[in-house]
Amino acid sequence: MAREMTGAEMVIAALKDQGVDVIFGYPGGAVLPIYDVLYDHQHAIHHVLVRHEQGAAHAAEGYARSSGRPGVMLVTSGPGATNSVTGLTDALMDSVPVVCITGQVPTHLIGSDAFQECDTVGITRHCTKHNYLVRSVDDLPRILHEAFYVARHGRPGPVVIDIPKDVQFARGSYFGPKNAEHKTYRPQLVGDPEKIEQAVSMMAAAKRPIFYTGGGVINAGPQASRLLRELVAATGFPITSTLMGLGAYPASGENWLGMLGMHGTFEANNAMHDCDLMIALGARFDDRITGRLDQFSPGSEKIHVDIDPSSINKNVKIDLGIVGDCTHVIGALLERWRARGCEADAGALKKWWAQIGKWRARKSLSYRRSDKVIKPQRAVERLYAATKGRDCYITTEVGQHQMWAAQHYHFEAPNRWITSGGLGTMGFGLPAAIGVQMAHPNALVVDIAGEGSILMNIQELSTAAQYRLPVKVFILNNEYLGMVRQWQELLHGGRYSQSYSAALPDFVKLAKAFGAHGISCSDPADLDAAIAEMIETPGTVLFDCRIDKTENCLPMIPSGKAHNEMILPDDADLEAEIDALGKALV
Amino acid sequence: MNAPAAPLSPYSSAIGKSNVETHTLSVLVDNEPGVLARVVGLFSGRGYNIESLTVAEVAHTEQLSRITIVTSGPPEAIEQIGHQLERLVPIHAVTDLTLRGNAVERELAMIKVAGTGASRDEALRLAEAFRARVIDTTIESFVFELTGAASKIDQFVELMRPIGLVEVSRTGIAAMSRGKDPI
Ligand SMILES: Cc1ncc(C[n+]2csc(CCOP(=O)(O)OP(=O)(O)O)c2C)c(N)n1
Ligand SMILES: [Mg+2]
Repeated sequence: MAREMTGAEMVIAALKDQGVDVIFGYPGGAVLPIYDVLYDHQHAIHHVLVRHEQGAAHAAEGYARSSGRPGVMLVTSGPGATNSVTGLTDALMDSVPVVCITGQVPTHLIGSDAFQECDTVGITRHCTKHNYLVRSVDDLPRILHEAFYVARHGRPGPVVIDIPKDVQFARGSYFGPKNAEHKTYRPQLVGDPEKIEQAVSMMAAAKRPIFYTGGGVINAGPQASRLLRELVAATGFPITSTLMGLGAYPASGENWLGMLGMHGTFEANNAMHDCDLMIALGARFDDRITGRLDQFSPGSEKIHVDIDPSSINKNVKIDLGIVGDCTHVIGALLERWRARGCEADAGALKKWWAQIGKWRARKSLSYRRSDKVIKPQRAVERLYAATKGRDCYITTEVGQHQMWAAQHYHFEAPNRWITSGGLGTMGFGLPAAIGVQMAHPNALVVDIAGEGSILMNIQELSTAAQYRLPVKVFILNNEYLGMVRQWQELLHGGRYSQSYSAALPDFVKLAKAFGAHGISCSDPADLDAAIAEMIETPGTVLFDCRIDKTENCLPMIPSGKAHNEMILPDDADLEAEIDALGKALV
Repeated sequence: MNAPAAPLSPYSSAIGKSNVETHTLSVLVDNEPGVLARVVGLFSGRGYNIESLTVAEVAHTEQLSRITIVTSGPPEAIEQIGHQLERLVPIHAVTDLTLRGNAVERELAMIKVAGTGASRDEALRLAEAFRARVIDTTIESFVFELTGAASKIDQFVELMRPIGLVEVSRTGIAAMSRGKDPI
């Protein structure tokens, strides 16, 4: 049934109808009518006032990625919209459903360089899955509901709705989300049955198979992870995952090889290189994963399951591409595997596992222990030990600490690991943690941070304080933009140009200034007690964990090298490992 | 198995010229604001070539437009272009007419030629041979209208050059599959 109301009222009505109970935003002139309506609905829709619009976007991502529901943000025109761009790009790269409502100058002023006008749909065209400029209040209800549909369906992504102020004031008739699909946008969910049969046959014939899974399995929902575990158990195949896919298969699972890629394990990368059948599920053959393309898994046949047809054959030639949603396709593979009474080639698989055992024995995640200085790997290990078994979510910033977190924190379930993979956005972790905490008020949410990254959105401590969000920021403070320093060591002869974190704040005092609790720790002997203090202290905690300043993140596939050319922790001459071609890569 | 990896990007200098093909894509889109910008932005953002592009509304009540794009690249890149276009939400369908292999392609051009005396006669004679129409004339110039395959227009333009070619305006290619069925 249609109801008469203003455009601003439609926005709130649509959010309610879409089941949105939390939004992240920041007001301004061009969204005042919406904020005015929100004033009367604060109990139904909890608005989190961030301190920078980039924070709103990452918080919406954290909310979405930990809950599976779209994250919603509301910002003003001009600077509000441009400040959101990094977060929208991050959501696009990592396929996160985010609906971003931006105010715009009134329709009659568009194009006149009005105060706080910017071409929001033009600017965000390349960093959203889709965007809309609403020209008439009559279009608004359809666009609002369609935006949610587009954000969630197919490969998820951010959608911007730019609403001029006069459209917010105009009256029109509102209708609910029933039948509010897009006219034509219908992603293919179910995999082609013939190809499923073919895939099952290839799996049954494989001698050295491997599952290579990615964020698509997480995005498909928890059922996909359950089915994946069953499929791995049914086949007995080894499994590795990208950074984005951690948790879909449990790290304690028998067939787990650890993460693959640039900082993946020796066994995962070598198994990828030497396999004869690769089954890629919701992963996209990103360059951090493949290493040198012309030597990527040279002897394998490749099956690729993805909801986005453009991912198939984009970087790597695929033998069997199956377009579909991971839940459907993994379910179908499992069903056909069982129904056909398939069994893996036990003899071949045994040999394959024996080979993998040899690679595992290299213990590529080992590091030199110390009782004088806190090793970052040790810090993550102890954090893991202290939080294991709890209802815990981990976010990260970007850098060495992020990779150490991925390597040494072990995830048992999907949606628990929220990191910026595709864009690699420093400043992601704290606002994302705020979004996670809003979705899971009673959970323990820890942002594993670097001292460099945390300063990029440190203002969000004020948001955490306002809403009494007990997020824990665990800073692995090496006084360096460590990942940059590491690359300068490896590639530029130790010329550490602008990678020292000079003039750092006193993080304990900084925490106090924001009404949070500050902890500092530099002695390995105190580490466990300090971590316990962080967990037990109610409210926001900023933990300054002083670690070894020049530890490198290993193992590593240097740029321009193949999976079987990893640098291991015990390799001596790091610089000699990278050739001129590799130096030109990122 | 052992398939060579596809080139990383159309920007890659490693792409040999040898396997570059030219394809005509027919793209049916919602005629909504910004749709052309999305398509053109996709090509520039991902480093694809546009050799020709035409766009106009083709169904008024359904608000549909057809964009015809001639692009070039290795076959894998062209396949990727099709998929990337299909990802755009307002795009209904992408057809590679060159892959289908049964398309008719036409382009319209206007060609201005100036001259007097013998060269003027020669221009007219050639125009007749190409079935170009005169759509404007002065004592010292013609504007010809010519419709046909792009190669025919190229040829005509080259012949006019020594005679007194002033300028050329071309529409870009419109294309359609042969036979009774729609694309
Ligand atoms: C917004 C942004 N700017 C620059 C970079 C490049 N970058 C990647 S890692 C890194 C260093 C991060 O330093 P820190 O947060 O201290 O983490 P560490 O590597 O020391 O653990 C930089 C500058 C980035 N990823 N994001
Ligand atoms: Mg650092």
